[in-house]
Amino acid sequence: MRIGVVIFPDSNSDVDSLNALAVAGVEPVRLWHESPDLSGVSAVILPGGFSYGDYLRAGVIARFSPVMRGVSAFAAEGGYVLGICNGFQVLAEARLVPGALLRNRSLRFAGRLVNIKPERLDSPFTRAATGAPLRVPVAHGEGCYYADEATLDELEANGQVLFRYVREDGAPALDPDEPANPNGSLRAIAGVCNAAGNVAGLMPHPERMSEAILGRDDGMQLIRSLVESAAAWDAAQRPAPKAKAEARP
Amino acid sequence: MSDMTTTPAASVPPVQPEPEPLHRQLGVTDGELEVIRQKLGRDPNHTELAMFSVMWSEHCSYKSSKPLLKTLPTRGNGMMAGVGDNAGVVRIGDGLAVAFKIESHNHPSAVEPYQGAATGVGGILRDIFTMGARPIAVLDALRFGDPKDPRTRHLVDGVVRGVGGYGNCVGVPTVGGELVFDPSYQGNPLVNVMAIGLLEERMLILAEAPGPGNYVVLFGSTTGRDGIGGASVLASATFQHDDPNKRPTVQVGDPFAEKLLIEASLELIDRRLVVGIQDLGAAGITCATSESADKAGTGILLDLDVIPRREPGMAPWEVMISESQERMLATCVPENFAAVREVCERWGIPIALVGRVTTDGDIAIIEGGIGPDGRPNPGAKEIARIPAKALTSDAIVHYRLATPPTRRRQAPAPGIPLTAKDGLPERGMDPAAVLAALLGSPNLSSRHWVYQQYDSSVQSNTVEWPGHGAAVLRVKGTKKALVATTDGNQTVSAIDPHLGAQLAVAEATRNVSITGARSLGITNCLNYGNPERPEAFWQLQEAVRGMGEACRALGVPVTGGNVSLYNEYPGGAISPTPVIGVVGLLEDISLLVRPPFTTEGDSVILVGQSTPGMAGSEYAALAGLSSEDAPPGIDLDREAALQSFIREAIGRALVASAQDVSGGGLAVAIAECCMWSGLGAKLRLGVSGSPAIELFGESPSRLVLSCRPRHAAAIELLARQFGLPADILGTVGGLRLRIELTGHGATGAAEARGSGVADALDVSITDLRHTWDHGLARALGVEGSPGHGLEAARTAVEGEAN
Repeated sequence: MRIGVVIFPDSNSDVDSLNALAVAGVEPVRLWHESPDLSGVSAVILPGGFSYGDYLRAGVIARFSPVMRGVSAFAAEGGYVLGICNGFQVLAEARLVPGALLRNRSLRFAGRLVNIKPERLDSPFTRAATGAPLRVPVAHGEGCYYADEATLDELEANGQVLFRYVREDGAPALDPDEPANPNGSLRAIAGVCNAAGNVAGLMPHPERMSEAILGRDDGMQLIRSLVESAAAWDAAQRPAPKAKAEARP
Repeated sequence: MSDMTTTPAASVPPVQPEPEPLHRQLGVTDGELEVIRQKLGRDPNHTELAMFSVMWSEHCSYKSSKPLLKTLPTRGNGMMAGVGDNAGVVRIGDGLAVAFKIESHNHPSAVEPYQGAATGVGGILRDIFTMGARPIAVLDALRFGDPKDPRTRHLVDGVVRGVGGYGNCVGVPTVGGELVFDPSYQGNPLVNVMAIGLLEERMLILAEAPGPGNYVVLFGSTTGRDGIGGASVLASATFQHDDPNKRPTVQVGDPFAEKLLIEASLELIDRRLVVGIQDLGAAGITCATSESADKAGTGILLDLDVIPRREPGMAPWEVMISESQERMLATCVPENFAAVREVCERWGIPIALVGRVTTDGDIAIIEGGIGPDGRPNPGAKEIARIPAKALTSDAIVHYRLATPPTRRRQAPAPGIPLTAKDGLPERGMDPAAVLAALLGSPNLSSRHWVYQQYDSSVQSNTVEWPGHGAAVLRVKGTKKALVATTDGNQTVSAIDPHLGAQLAVAEATRNVSITGARSLGITNCLNYGNPERPEAFWQLQEAVRGMGEACRALGVPVTGGNVSLYNEYPGGAISPTPVIGVVGLLEDISLLVRPPFTTEGDSVILVGQSTPGMAGSEYAALAGLSSEDAPPGIDLDREAALQSFIREAIGRALVASAQDVSGGGLAVAIAECCMWSGLGAKLRLGVSGSPAIELFGESPSRLVLSCRPRHAAAIELLARQFGLPADILGTVGGLRLRIELTGHGATGAAEARGSGVADALDVSITDLRHTWDHGLARALGVEGSPGHGLEAARTAVEGEAN
């Protein structure tokens, strides 16, 4: 099975996604930003980094790149797309997932370990998760999840909130100013998916915590979820009504 | 085109009716001008003079330090590149090698902290990938003045943002470093950045321009007026802080461009499309061309017209010495040029064929184009011609006068019995209160406010994150790990620069050894004052002597480094500051040992013995210790034995945790083992002389380890075999740290002297942790989430602007 990792100029955490996929036993495929051809991969990761330098606003240039045409088409078919960090920002800019990522409330880059908790275990991106909080790194300057109240309510109602920042005790870090919430995200939202459930983004880096030698392999639960979902999608052959059904049981 | 590009005569900096002759304006002395005349056999023209001025600057030529640096031990096992190359490169087995180097960006950071620090990171990263290595880590060793001062806060904030802004964007994790506050840096902060890269041995490439007839290409960012004379103006003269006229000499960084440059350069090297490659740093094109040619014994003919510019109207001298960032110079055989261009274009990087390698040994600059035969077109005009070696290997050397200060304090020889003097600041000392004060002090408290603004985990190699001693990076595809640290010493160096440098080398290598790793080499950043001042030059001379002795005793080669002189400002000179970067190799990562305690019930053992002297310690700073005291000395053989001992003990899997005793002394070292693990300890410490020295003295060559109780005897035996004392202090456990003082130097004797020292230290780990966690933010006035005192920082910056 092959999973693609999009390489924008200044994707820099692409190596982490490629590494985690290899650890998970999947053949990672580099997808160059200048081509909309996804080489027949079974799922796509938009990795972390600073696509095109991100000098204007994170992800705002990348959404116009040729590869994003391919990604959008793949998503429209029901293919699984996971955006991590900068990849989440790109997906939000491309309106493939709801909401926006604002500058961290601290106005400082946040690079540290946080705890996130999957809100549901029946999504294609969390199906292999145990449900316990995952300890994974964040590394971003623009990760403050924002949407208006109505949208937030709708996301909650639709089950589109996939991950929240939680305290040590597992309770959501709802106060945007509390240390367990690294960037001031509203309702402690660390990751969301689209309404169809096949496109998801999160700010933390599960792929960087996917080997015990690095301290923990919590993140592998999410990588494995994506791999399992991609395999199911593959098995169902495109088009993918079955995969869609799986996304919204 | 502006009139400025027409003739060299028109290219004079626009400062015409000044009485000062041009060479002096450029920082070239009358004597140096005379030597330039001799080397050229004629008067230099203005472009040539500008080229000489930057290449003969202290920063580029090491003209004052070269005679000293020659004395350092620079050879070691497995070294593939070293002093004189962009970075030291040492084999680590499995066909791999590690490249590392440290460099300063002190003055640019004082003028414009964000860009100064950012371009410091960019510059040192280029030194790494220029060797064919992929950068895998950055460490930043930072030193500032009073943390309560608004200007210091502005500098700290800008420098930390700058290091992060650049490193985070290029995707190289910042994994360690130092942050030190000392009044001597008030007007002249130190920003030293170390970078580490990993390469396959076959990737090694040198900064040379071999093969006459080969093409010389310039790729990366365009050339502009930013950073003109950065090396000569900023780094090589005594510094008047806050001079807005110097802002244009600070370079501006573009980490996005750097990231593309990394990828393109490594692809060019990997595919053997280039035969030599050099980054453009200080002195820009002048430095890259002359060094590359000199190293290969060739010359370069350079066509000025085709150098891609950022702005019109640049004079030849401006193009030649511009320090615009993110540029590379490479040499390729003509047949490969198309492929080189394809790689650069794919990465979106401008590239230009700017010259040819020649046989005449000269850097010849022309306008008017190079013909297909590799010669200047008919009618082309020669702007400058200088023998490459006159700019580099044969540049001027100054043998400076070194004079020790009239009044010196020296460390007592090791072994002198401890004597409790009335002057010792332990009267009424409460050890618990002192420990808390130390842990919360600006220099010993947690640095998380800094390193949490850095990406420390990108590339998925970081095994030990910043904050708990040396950084540890796994080497993918092997069992190996690299261990890296920087350590400096300014307080002892201010008293005894020779000892200070020895201590810095000892501490840095010790921090590597206590993980179980073997130090591969050191890279040094020597931050000193104006070498034309005999006392400042004496400090540098003593430091180099001390560093060399320490390296020889510890069997660690010097693989490269950087000398930063003229670290002075109107308020005075900095304390002499040797900063030592070390990279160590741990063959089997499963044997890695870290500082935190690991298991309840483990035995805690102190290896090594304290020696007298409190000067230069954090305790002394806290207590305002009288200057009559001296710093503790070091016995380098004992240090070597200690490091061999701990590596051996770890190799035999006898050790559960190991921490060195350094800043804040034994009590702080043990407190760290507790705080970082959440495990307390119950210990008894024999005090023969002064409780303050035993608890808080910083004499070197000591470490605290913990082990399973059944291994304690084996460790004691092993220590004895290395000639080291080892004392079982007690046991890991509980949630409190309790150190009972025993022996004739403890309470009784102290009481007899009327000092009233408490006989035990007994504190909760949680309380210690809280104090330690908040100390730095409190000192900087940036406490409180989420912005960690954003308002305070902003006020500080705005106050600055006003």
